[in-house]
Amino acid sequence: MGAGALAAFLAQRTVKAAFVILGVVVFQFVLIRLAPGDPASVIAGQSGAADPLFMAQLREQFGLDRPLWEQLLIYLRDILTLDLGFSHRQQRTVASLIGERLPATLLLTGAAFAFALIGGVALGVAASRRVGRPADSAITVIALTFYATPIFWVGLLLVLVFSVWLEWLPSFGMFTVGADLTGLAHALDVAKHLILPALTLGLFFLAIYARLARASMLEVADQDFVRTARAKGVPEGRIVRVHVLRNALLPVITFAGIQAGQLVGGSILVETVFAWPGIGRLAFEALLARDYAVLLGVFFCTAVMVVVFNLVTDLLYAVVDPRVEVA
Amino acid sequence: MTDPRSPALGRRAVLAGAAAAPMLMTVDQARAQGVAPRRGGVLNTIITPEPPLLILGVNNQGPTLIVGGKIYQGLVKLSPRLEPLPELARSWSVSPDGRVYTFTLQDNITFHDGRPCTAEDVIFSVTKFHMEVNPRARAILERIEKAEAPDPKTVVFTLKAPFEPFLLIFDVTACAIVPKHLYDGTDYRNNPNNSTPIGTGPFRLAEWQRGNFIRLARHEQYWKPGQPYLDGIIYRVVPDSQSRALALQTGQVQMTQFNDIEPFDVPRFQAMPNLAVATDGWELFSPLSWIEINHRIKPLDDARFRRAMAHAVDRNFIAQRLWFGVGRPATSPIASTTRFHDPTARMPDFNPREAAAILDGMGLRPNADGVRASIKMMQLPYGEVWNRLSEYLRQALRQVGIAVELESTDVAGWVRRLANWEFETTINFVYQWGDPTLGVERTYVSSNIKKVAFTNTAGYVNAEVDRLFAQARDEPQAEKRRALFSEVQKKLVADVPLVWLMELAFPTIHEKRLRNVITTGTGVHASFDDVFFAS
Repeated sequence: MGAGALAAFLAQRTVKAAFVILGVVVFQFVLIRLAPGDPASVIAGQSGAADPLFMAQLREQFGLDRPLWEQLLIYLRDILTLDLGFSHRQQRTVASLIGERLPATLLLTGAAFAFALIGGVALGVAASRRVGRPADSAITVIALTFYATPIFWVGLLLVLVFSVWLEWLPSFGMFTVGADLTGLAHALDVAKHLILPALTLGLFFLAIYARLARASMLEVADQDFVRTARAKGVPEGRIVRVHVLRNALLPVITFAGIQAGQLVGGSILVETVFAWPGIGRLAFEALLARDYAVLLGVFFCTAVMVVVFNLVTDLLYAVVDPRVEVA
Repeated sequence: MTDPRSPALGRRAVLAGAAAAPMLMTVDQARAQGVAPRRGGVLNTIITPEPPLLILGVNNQGPTLIVGGKIYQGLVKLSPRLEPLPELARSWSVSPDGRVYTFTLQDNITFHDGRPCTAEDVIFSVTKFHMEVNPRARAILERIEKAEAPDPKTVVFTLKAPFEPFLLIFDVTACAIVPKHLYDGTDYRNNPNNSTPIGTGPFRLAEWQRGNFIRLARHEQYWKPGQPYLDGIIYRVVPDSQSRALALQTGQVQMTQFNDIEPFDVPRFQAMPNLAVATDGWELFSPLSWIEINHRIKPLDDARFRRAMAHAVDRNFIAQRLWFGVGRPATSPIASTTRFHDPTARMPDFNPREAAAILDGMGLRPNADGVRASIKMMQLPYGEVWNRLSEYLRQALRQVGIAVELESTDVAGWVRRLANWEFETTINFVYQWGDPTLGVERTYVSSNIKKVAFTNTAGYVNAEVDRLFAQARDEPQAEKRRALFSEVQKKLVADVPLVWLMELAFPTIHEKRLRNVITTGTGVHASFDDVFFAS
């Protein structure tokens, strides 16, 4: 694969991606307007008081008095200059609202992702090496349990055990507010708060990776080139690492690519149960409040991330398996 | 003042306003059980849902009022019996004709940015800021003919005509004093200072991490020397109700309020020895819940049918089994916590047999399935307890042969359908604001039938009711208003335009060592300048 081919590939994909994102934005814009009610009615509902002047003032302030196509054009014009708009409800720019939540989101989803991927592949490999034996059965049963258990239930159980009974870990929040910790103490404090939500979010995916890795390892281990390597006297550890694992990773990478694209979207459930200040909740609350600009901003960021990670996944295939070419 | 539950807001009481205050301070201290206030400590609590903004007037949602009530202040605060007490105004007097209100401000009132708060700020807030942004205050403030500041500590409002409940509007939840120097001449709703509220209250906004917490810190130049006692208040944003209950149980927060704890969790906390559960402090709001009925739809337009519905509902069951004793069953359209409640005007009692007899009399006979009529009910999307209420109502009405189809929606959808009259029945609750003219009239008078939520969306029309409310509004004498409101209550309970359910209250649960939590008729909305942790 030459540098020229790669550049052409990237250029072509970027153009395609731009159209996909544009389509997503327009589609979402229209879609959320189909939901009944608007931000003015939510504010009236939450204030328990309104008069016709108040409603008209709000709709004018939010720009909702203009025709829908005009609102769409304004939004598209802004988005092309990477201006995500303004939340009139919260009197903040959407970029700052998202930017404020992004670190917390990436920390949580990133930690859960790393835990699930590394732990899952390790468990899957371990199980495949002991296929049919008690260790394999144990891993398979544990993975199935986590796969089948609703995520909020796992969260509540973890809280019950580690926060209420053992009192080891805090049950909610991202750090000890008001303690004003800095440096290492702050990092440790955040880590303590991170463990339960990251475990809750990660366990489900850990189960998926473990099952994927185990099945894929077993399939590859049966193939001729592995038998050949073994016949040549290649040490078993090297066979597993180089010959089997590398080939078995392709389906894992495919799934990891899909999951990675969703990292920015956060997780509404886990963020809600653990009061984690992430983007999932921001989007969910924006949906309920009909805070259109915020919701579209989150959709836009998520769409961009999905497109980027699809591209990265395609490139990774080529790295892991030289037979795959980018095209 | 013959009735002890009905302190008149008229001239006599008003002139006594300043004198009554020291007496109430003693009550505060009695609540503290003789413990001397101790300075220090940070109160960790919860706010649900997170307010979008903290500028009172621009945003008036419940959580905004709770947090904003620490940052801003009004001219007066209200006692549990809704008598005005000095806050930013040290004293006030009313002219004999009830038209001229003269307020004298406290000494050394300072905004959080260090600038003094003067009569100019008060006049700006009342005549410009709240007139422009605040739909609730607007209706009352437009009765002001002129506002003058003869000196920096005196404000004189002259009304176009006497208005008996006028002082109620000067509580912080309705008319917070905002800094003129930051807002005058700007677009109030889009003012860049809206992300950093500046008030005169005992606490200033120190830090707000969206979705995480709001941290308030002591205002060092607060006008009451030595106060507030707390170093700060941290409002955590915890969206899940079970996580909130857990935070209280494990002591991670020392207080919860409003909707934080679901009613069905309240008994559990009542049993915990270190916690106190208060249900008072909602007297100004006294939210009254009801089945809202669209009078444009048959057979809901028939008072007999509505009376049958009222007979079918066991309000004691709702109060005891759904709200676990937090709040009490409604008896009339004017809540018993507000002035002018008439205990002799009682809505139809729980009597399914009577309900069936009325429906029989209307010619609505049960069909083979026992159904006499079918109606739709839009659920109130405010949380679990409201879903349980709808389910109870469906069952109770089905008992007398009225089949109810439940419709679910979210807040935006609910408000829109309510405002556009696109419902048959729904659940609603509305704040009473301490006076029927301010909080009750709007639901029943035909001049307020509008395509806006919290107006007379039922479409109820009764010329006699219109006349009584209008007279009571303009009547300067409290006793005459009482007679008019008694009459209107009797008319309304006979007509049953809505089926009233509960006088709602919300539990404030706090550690017992936290003192002076509920001392006013606005409870957790008050400034908290006297709240402290006993050692």
